[in-house]
Amino acid sequence: MELGLTEEQEMLKTSARDFLEKECPKQLVRQLDESDKGYSPELWRKMAELGWMGLVFPEKYGGSGGSFLDLIVLLEAMGYNILPGPFLSTVVLGGLTILAAGSEEQKKEFLPKVANGETILTIALTEPSADYNAASIKTKTTARNDGYVINGTKLFVPDANVADYILCVARTKEGKNPEDGVAVFLVDAKSPGVKCTLLKTLARDKQCEIIFDNVTVPKKNILGKPDQGWPIVEGAIQKATVAKCAEMVGGAQAALEMAVRYAKERVQFGRPIGSFQAIQHYCANMVTDVDGSRFITYKAAWEVSEGLPATMDVAIAKAWISEAYGRVTLLAHQIFGAIGFTMDHDIHLYYRRAKAGEIMFGDGDFQRAIVASELGL
Amino acid sequence: MDFRFSEKEEAFRREVEDFIKKELPADWTEKNIYWPGGYGTLAEFEVVNPQIERFRRGLAEKGWLTISWPKEYGGAGRTNIEQAIFHERISYYRAPAGEVATEIGGPTIMLFGSEEMRREWLPRIAKGETRFWLAYSEPNAGSDLASLQTRAVDDGDDLIINGQKTWSTAAHVSHYAWMVVRTDPTAPPHKGITLLIVDNNSPGVTIRPLINICGFHSFNEVFFDNVRVPKKNIVGERNKGWYYLMVALDFERLVIPMGGFRRTFEEITQYAKETKHNGQPLSHEPLIRNKLAEIAIQIEVAYMFFWQTAWMLDKGLVPNIEASVLKLVTTELSQKLANAGMQVMGHYGQLERNSKWSPLRGRVSAGYLDCISALVGAGTSEIQRNIIAMRGLGLPRG
Repeated sequence: MELGLTEEQEMLKTSARDFLEKECPKQLVRQLDESDKGYSPELWRKMAELGWMGLVFPEKYGGSGGSFLDLIVLLEAMGYNILPGPFLSTVVLGGLTILAAGSEEQKKEFLPKVANGETILTIALTEPSADYNAASIKTKTTARNDGYVINGTKLFVPDANVADYILCVARTKEGKNPEDGVAVFLVDAKSPGVKCTLLKTLARDKQCEIIFDNVTVPKKNILGKPDQGWPIVEGAIQKATVAKCAEMVGGAQAALEMAVRYAKERVQFGRPIGSFQAIQHYCANMVTDVDGSRFITYKAAWEVSEGLPATMDVAIAKAWISEAYGRVTLLAHQIFGAIGFTMDHDIHLYYRRAKAGEIMFGDGDFQRAIVASELGL
Repeated sequence: MDFRFSEKEEAFRREVEDFIKKELPADWTEKNIYWPGGYGTLAEFEVVNPQIERFRRGLAEKGWLTISWPKEYGGAGRTNIEQAIFHERISYYRAPAGEVATEIGGPTIMLFGSEEMRREWLPRIAKGETRFWLAYSEPNAGSDLASLQTRAVDDGDDLIINGQKTWSTAAHVSHYAWMVVRTDPTAPPHKGITLLIVDNNSPGVTIRPLINICGFHSFNEVFFDNVRVPKKNIVGERNKGWYYLMVALDFERLVIPMGGFRRTFEEITQYAKETKHNGQPLSHEPLIRNKLAEIAIQIEVAYMFFWQTAWMLDKGLVPNIEASVLKLVTTELSQKLANAGMQVMGHYGQLERNSKWSPLRGRVSAGYLDCISALVGAGTSEIQRNIIAMRGLGLPRG
C-alpha cells in the first residue's frame, strides 16, 4: 500500500496552486462568475502553455501522457482556487471521452486542439427530466443521406455557451432496453439549428439549455457505433464524477483554511473565537469531512486511473463529498458570522459551489442508490 | 499511489486469516455479540473459555499478541500497515487479541522503563501471562484526568496508595493495574503524577463490579486502602507520568475494530435481504437501501482514515489529525451502525438475546446500548474534537 502523491504530483499541486493564486485572484473569479463567458481566454491560453489541457493525453495527440491521478491533483488545485471555466468539460467530459471511444481520425482531429487550448468541448447529456440514466435520453435522431438529423432539448449542459464542439447524447433507436439505441455525436456548436441559452444559476457556473432543431451531423462525427453509445456515456460520467469530487475537495479545503484562519484572528469576549470549544468542534468536524473526502476521492481516482472496477467507490466518494462540502461551507459561514453574509466576503463563493457540485452528476441520494445496488440489496 | 496490498502484505493477510480460521472455535464469531467500538459487550467478560485461552497462546507464539512490538522484545516487528491488517482481520472475526498490557503498558515500558523493569515485565506480557487494566479515571477525574486525586506517599522502599479508580474495564479479569497516582500535590496538576504498576492481589485493593447498561460486568470501581507498592514498580521517573500517558496515546492508534464494523454491517445487510416485509425483501425498500448505503459509505471513509494513519506512521509522519479523526469517526460509526440496524429490524430489533425471535442473536439490541460507551470511553468525542482543533489545526487553548 502506498498512499502518498509522487514527487511530480506534489510539484504539480504546488505549482498549480501558486500559478492560480497569482493569475486567478478572487476579483477575477467574481468577474468571470458575472460574465457571460465564464472564463478568461487569456488565462486559458496560459494554462494551455503550462500543459494543463494536454496533461492527460498521450504524446502523439499533443499531450504529455500523464495519468488520470495527475489530472485529479490538478483539479483539486483548481477547486482550491475555485477557478471558473470549461476545463472539466473540455478535458474530462470531452477530451477523455474522445480518447476512450473515438476513432483514430477523431482523436487526431480533436485531441491536439484540446491539448493546445484551441478547442473547448462539452457533453450535452441531461434533458428537462434532469436525470443521468439512459431512459431519460429523448433527443431524437433520424438517418438522412450521409448523416443524422438531431432534434431535442438538452438542459443543464455545462459550458455549452463557449464550446466549439458538443458531444450530444441522442437516441438512435427506440426499444425495450433504453440503454440500447443511444449514440454520441460530435456536433459543431456553430451548426445551423443549434440554439444555446445560458441559464442563470446559484453558483454562477455556466449551465445552458441547448435546443437542437433539425441539426445535421455527418456520419463520421458519430463517436463509437450507432446504438451502442451508452457505455461511452457511462465512462464519461464516471470520470467526470471523480473529477468533480476532486474539485470539491479542493474547495472544501480552502473553505476550511479560511475559517480556521479567521477563528484564530477574530476576537470576542477578549479572546480569539477559535479558543471556544463550540468553534473548535466546528473546525474539527470540518477537517474530518475534508480529509475523509480527499482520501476516498483518491481511492476512486486511483481505481479509475488503473482501469479497475470503480462503480462502488466513485458513488461512495460522490455521495460523501456531495454532503461534506455542504457541511463544511455551512460551518464556515457560521464561524464567519455576519461578515460571511456579505457579497464582499469570499466564503459564499464556496457555499454556492458546494450546492452546484452536490447536484452535478448526482447528489447523495442518487449515489446511495448506486451504492445500494452495488451492495446487492 | 497504490491502494492494493503489496505481495508481502497480502501474504501476511492470508496468514492471519488462515490462523484465525484454524484456531478460533468455529462458532465463536457468530455467538460473540461484541459490538464494534463498544466496551460493554466484550465476550471475555461473560465466559472464561479454555479454547479462547488457547487461541491467545497461539497468537503469543506467533508474536501477534504484541504485534506492535519490535522483535527484540518478543514482538512481530511488523509494519504499521501490517498491524492494521492484523487488527482488521482479528476484529472481523470478533476474535480476542491484545489488551492494556500489550498495547499500552509494554510499549511504554520499552520506551521509559528501566532495564530491570523491561526484563521483569516484557516477556510475561508478550506470552500473554500478565494482563493489565487501565487505572486512570476516578469519580472526579474523567475528561479532566490531570485532576486525579489518588495519592501515593513514600514509606521506605514502598509507596502507600489511597484513593479510588473507576470505569475500570476488565480489572476483575486482569492481574495488575497500570495506574496513575498523585505523588506531588504541591506541583501543578500535570507535574505531580506518577505512573506505576500495582498488583491486584495487594492487601487493601478491593474490586467491586459495576454492571453496565447492557447488563454485563465489564467494568468496576476499585478502592485502594493503604496499598503498599514497591518503588521499583514506578515506570520511568517519578512525577513524569502525565508525559508518559500522552506519549502512550500514540501506541493504540491502530487498535480499531475496522473489520468488526464490516462484519456486523454484512450481517445486517444479509438480514435485510432475507427478511420479507409486505411480501417484499426489506432490501427493496428505498429508505432501507438509502440507510444501508449511507452506512457502507461511512465505513469506507473510516477505512480510508485507518489505512492513511497506518501508512503515515510507516512513513515516519505524525498523524495528529488522522488518528484522532479515526477514533472519532469509528466511535460515531458504532452508534450510526446500531441505529441503522435497529431501523432495519423494526420491532424485532428490541428483542434481547436468547429469544427465539431475536435476529442476529440480539446483537443489534445489545449494540444499541453498548454504542453509548464508544463515544465516552478512551477520550470522549468532545475531547477528540478538542485534540483535533488544538493539536491538528493549531487553534488556541481555551
